Amino acid sequence: MAFQILLNFILAFVWMFLSVSFTAPSFIVGYLLGLLIILAMRRFFPDRFYLWRVFAAISLLLLFLKELIKANIDVLKTILKPKLDFQPGIFAYETKLKKDWEVTLLANLITLTPGTLVMDVSMDKKILYVHAIDLPDKDAVIDDIRNSFEKAIMEVSR
Amino acid sequence: MTEIVNYIIGFFLLAGGFLSLVASFGVLRLPDVYTRNHAASKSATLGIMCILLGTFLYFYIVHGIFNSKVLLAIVFIFVTAPVGGHLIARAAYHSGAKLWDKSVRDDLKDKEKYDRQHS
Repeated sequence: MAFQILLNFILAFVWMFLSVSFTAPSFIVGYLLGLLIILAMRRFFPDRFYLWRVFAAISLLLLFLKELIKANIDVLKTILKPKLDFQPGIFAYETKLKKDWEVTLLANLITLTPGTLVMDVSMDKKILYVHAIDLPDKDAVIDDIRNSFEKAIMEVSR
Repeated sequence: MTEIVNYIIGFFLLAGGFLSLVASFGVLRLPDVYTRNHAASKSATLGIMCILLGTFLYFYIVHGIFNSKVLLAIVFIFVTAPVGGHLIARAAYHSGAKLWDKSVRDDLKDKEKYDRQHS
């Protein structure tokens, strides 16, 4: 991915040198032309066309913000309820993600989702220990959300 | 136009103040370290982000000053707050802070066994 972006920058500079105008607009024109060239040549690269990954990252960010707002409404309800009738607990969650930065990102996402907080990660980085504020009625739902997060992260790193 | 913007700025500031207030209520009211951590790390994050966003909009639209430091502060808080919450919870657990009596499950106590088996 980084290689494709670097190539796109170089193509933009080549365009600036060809048209002998060193301004931001000509850089942008060159960048867009280079994007078209890379799109046409995408079968020669080992990984995907990099723009799809940028879109996946943006949709992950939007998911992040949505979950943050949902988490806050959830915490609000828990705190302002007159009776403290929730049942907290720690459960182990097995992740399929391999790289360090993916596990870090997943842990941050889980921490900002409704009612969950990452407590610890096992030495082989396969199991996340998650503290849930209301365990019994949420186990399945939490797993669902988690799978959608994991999928979104895989979409970025694939 | 300015009228609508004023309402948006007011909404952000009030929402941020309200969330921070609820976060501090939660810290007082919830029973143990971990549940308090939930309140502190979530509500306080969004509360401060809302206040900073309101401040940014106010200075940008009313005074015409584009203050990029405030935007950077929002990003930094967004990235560091969950890590802080995680580290506090982890340190509390490993220094032996007890879970609330009504907690139903504790898988973390098996961690050492699991690590020994898989290393």
